[in-house]
Amino acid sequence: MNLWEILRFALRGLSANKLRSGLTTLGILIGVGAVILLVAVGNGSSIKVKNSITRLGAGSLTVSTSTTGRGGGFGGGGQQQGSTGPRTQAKKLTLDDARALTESPSVESASPVVNASSATATYAGTSHSISQFVGTAPTYFKPANKVVERGASFTGADVTAGNKVVVIGRTVVTDLFGTVDPLGKKINVNGTYFTVVGVLAASGSSSTGFQDADDVAIAPISAVQGTLTSYGSLSQIVVQAKTPEKVDAAQAEVTEILNQRHEITGTTSDFQVFNQASLQSAVEDSSKTFTVLLGAVAAISLLVGGIGVTNIMLVTVTERTREIGIRKAIGAPKGAILGQFIAEATVLSLVGGVLGVAAGVIGSQFTIVGVEPVIVPSSIALALGVSVVIGLFFGSYPANRAANLRPIEALRHE
Amino acid sequence: MTAPVLDVRDVTKVYGQGETRVRALRGVSLRVERGDYVAIMGQSGSGKSTLMNILGCLDVPTEGRYLLDGNDVRHLDEHQLSILRNRRIGFIFQSFNLIPRMSALANVELPLAYGGIKGAVRRKRALAALDLVGLADRVEHEPNELSGGQQQRVAVARALVTSPALLLADEPTGNLDTRSTRDVLDVLDRLSRAGRTIALITHEDEVAARARRVIRLVDGEIVEDSVR
Repeated sequence: MNLWEILRFALRGLSANKLRSGLTTLGILIGVGAVILLVAVGNGSSIKVKNSITRLGAGSLTVSTSTTGRGGGFGGGGQQQGSTGPRTQAKKLTLDDARALTESPSVESASPVVNASSATATYAGTSHSISQFVGTAPTYFKPANKVVERGASFTGADVTAGNKVVVIGRTVVTDLFGTVDPLGKKINVNGTYFTVVGVLAASGSSSTGFQDADDVAIAPISAVQGTLTSYGSLSQIVVQAKTPEKVDAAQAEVTEILNQRHEITGTTSDFQVFNQASLQSAVEDSSKTFTVLLGAVAAISLLVGGIGVTNIMLVTVTERTREIGIRKAIGAPKGAILGQFIAEATVLSLVGGVLGVAAGVIGSQFTIVGVEPVIVPSSIALALGVSVVIGLFFGSYPANRAANLRPIEALRHE
Repeated sequence: MTAPVLDVRDVTKVYGQGETRVRALRGVSLRVERGDYVAIMGQSGSGKSTLMNILGCLDVPTEGRYLLDGNDVRHLDEHQLSILRNRRIGFIFQSFNLIPRMSALANVELPLAYGGIKGAVRRKRALAALDLVGLADRVEHEPNELSGGQQQRVAVARALVTSPALLLADEPTGNLDTRSTRDVLDVLDRLSRAGRTIALITHEDEVAARARRVIRLVDGEIVEDSVR
């Protein structure tokens, strides 16, 4: 009895009951397919989150006024004042803050940012509400990962002069201009005319995040302040580190400078520095947990499939008791019977495994609930390996039962 | 050629314990020489099936010795017994016991496969055995496409394909009509004339009449051993 012969007996045994073999295979198929597909979905969503974070800008820091940071200090002093109003002690971010940050060694640029809360742009009778109308400096484009595709960005001179020029995103172009070339056209934003000087490249993340990243307009801060927002505090300061490796150093410097300028001594402060890298690792951690969770769910279905194999093999052994008796009577050694049934179980689960891999790979070509699955190659190897092990493991019990049958009793079985 | 094919020495077989204790065989001694054709007869419950199981190495005696072709089976383990069954014994059962969904040829090849004989030789020997029982034109048929008599002849071919020392037939004609019975018995006669040793268990006189020697069992003991 060589291996090939054992395999042939196994295949013959399986093909004798095609429906049953098929359904058992289906159990393993679903298990293996689920492992591959769900791990791919988890992986895909983590890659997607990572990409959209990277798209926000690499090596950049965002400084914003803190809404909770002063809480501790405020609580202490606030009792006497009896004030329930917002942070009277907190200092807002100012243009001077931004200018001061530019001086520090690890910082390449610090761009002051003001956001116009509601900006409705009209052009030739068409109107569009721009979700993000940003007033800033030309240095803002790099850390914010905004690329000017056509035309040009505004310049430092525009900022100094307070020129009413604007660079607009793809969504704004489509909604406002349609097929018309927007360059050089004047748009009316809340009563002020801005000249379009540039168009941003599509960010490629239009469907992700909380808002449309292409529904944006960027203008010199001097032009926005006083027309769309009041003079005064900034919404944010966007800081670009000299290199991505210097982000942590830049963060420390920014914190120190602002602590000094805002006269903060304790652990609480009235601003917060937001680091993309730290956010990224936090998101990575959570998406890893997500992937593990999905994988665990899939592994359970694989286990259920394995139990299905055992169940069917037990039924098969019982049903073929007489055949086993005949085989033993004509001199089949125990090993041959054992091999035959283990081979049957392994073929079942291996075929299921291979089909499951195919199903998983095909399934992951489709977008699933907005996530493009990315297959993890090791998950294929793992799922296939596990399916073979399942065959060996879950098949060995029924096979042992068959091999240990006593021939006279097996022959008497009807 | 000295050792007898079968040498049963004072064999007893006891089933169960205490109250349910059944003595199926009570000291049976029996020698069958090479080329002999023996019919073992007895009513049901006389112990002939037990004797058959012991002769076929499917069961071991409680006491006494049994030598098959000179080998004492007492000290053999399960693996060695399976080899013995494969090489020295050819079984023919009352209910044919062919393996379903396997062609006649595959069924006949099966003992050779377990005996480790390679494909081409195996096929040749299986075809020769099928030819011997007159089924050369039915080799690709599956058991359910064959009549009872044909199935039993396939079983005979399967039993003799390994050239065993002993053909052991347990009521081979019990499930067959008169014509098929005659076909199968004719095959056995031919094999006997060709020098095969055959032990046949039956309760039908006309079947036993074909044998050269008749042994009668009653209550686990041999009461008659006559050579015709």
